[in-house]
Amino acid sequence: MLLLQCPWCGDRSEEEFACGGEGDIVRPLVPEELDDRAWGDYVFMRRNEKGIHFERWRHAHGCGRWFNVARSTVTHEILASYQVGDDRPELPE
Amino acid sequence: MSRARHEPLAHLALAAAGETTGPDAGVTLQAAPYQPAVILRGESGNAAFLEAFRAGMGFDLPLAANHVNSHAGATALWLGPSEWLVQSTTGQAEHGRLAAALTGHRHAIIDHGDGQQIIRVSGPRARDVLSKLCPLDLEGPDLAPGRCARSILARCSILLHPLPGGGYHIHVGRSFADYVWRLLADAGLEFGVAIGGAG
Ligand SMILES: [Zn+2]
Repeated sequence: MLLLQCPWCGDRSEEEFACGGEGDIVRPLVPEELDDRAWGDYVFMRRNEKGIHFERWRHAHGCGRWFNVARSTVTHEILASYQVGDDRPELPE
Repeated sequence: MSRARHEPLAHLALAAAGETTGPDAGVTLQAAPYQPAVILRGESGNAAFLEAFRAGMGFDLPLAANHVNSHAGATALWLGPSEWLVQSTTGQAEHGRLAAALTGHRHAIIDHGDGQQIIRVSGPRARDVLSKLCPLDLEGPDLAPGRCARSILARCSILLHPLPGGGYHIHVGRSFADYVWRLLADAGLEFGVAIGGAG
């Protein structure tokens, strides 16, 4: 069981959250100008990182807000959590 | 105009009020009667909106996460950074007063009174019963009176509101009231459960 830090509510149990997968994926501004490969990359292709993964979570059973988390996919350690729109924080190496 | 309200827990025959299991009741469950309530949306960074609320309602909206402010029969519970539950504690609907106060300011008011059932959990073992079902740290300062928290109770979303006089109000969506009531009654069995009258 993970303990996640909601930027508004503080430390809460993983049960209260929903994971939204990899973060910082920008929807193409003019989708109709993309070919099938580029659109497929946007919709389906993910980094599948072994190491630090930047991902989106939602405090689904709490304040309802989306936010960003940096998590190690090896140890499950939560290295940072920050609001949508904030820059990625500096992480310890 | 009046309309009949179907109480979400009516089918459980809580008229059996006063019933107790076990020698001493460690926990008391009560189905609270209908309370008018609305969900208010507005921008917490909009000073004019906040001032309009204060001028109309006589108190400040809580801006700190999971805090509760009350004044003269109205209570505002923080639900999110732009979202509050405003409920009347007198039975008098606050909807009109709120709407009048906020006219001209960007906001939304959604009637929520019929959407929820409030279950009051009290007694010396109330916290033990909730701890079996809910991951919140109920002993920490975050859940003292004057605070509130949305969380999960078994598989159901709840709003937990510790009461100044002791015990808790648990707000649940009306169609989940049966599930949550039965869970609480079962979790309380080892401590003894008393069924309180409406109130
Ligand atoms: Zn939250």
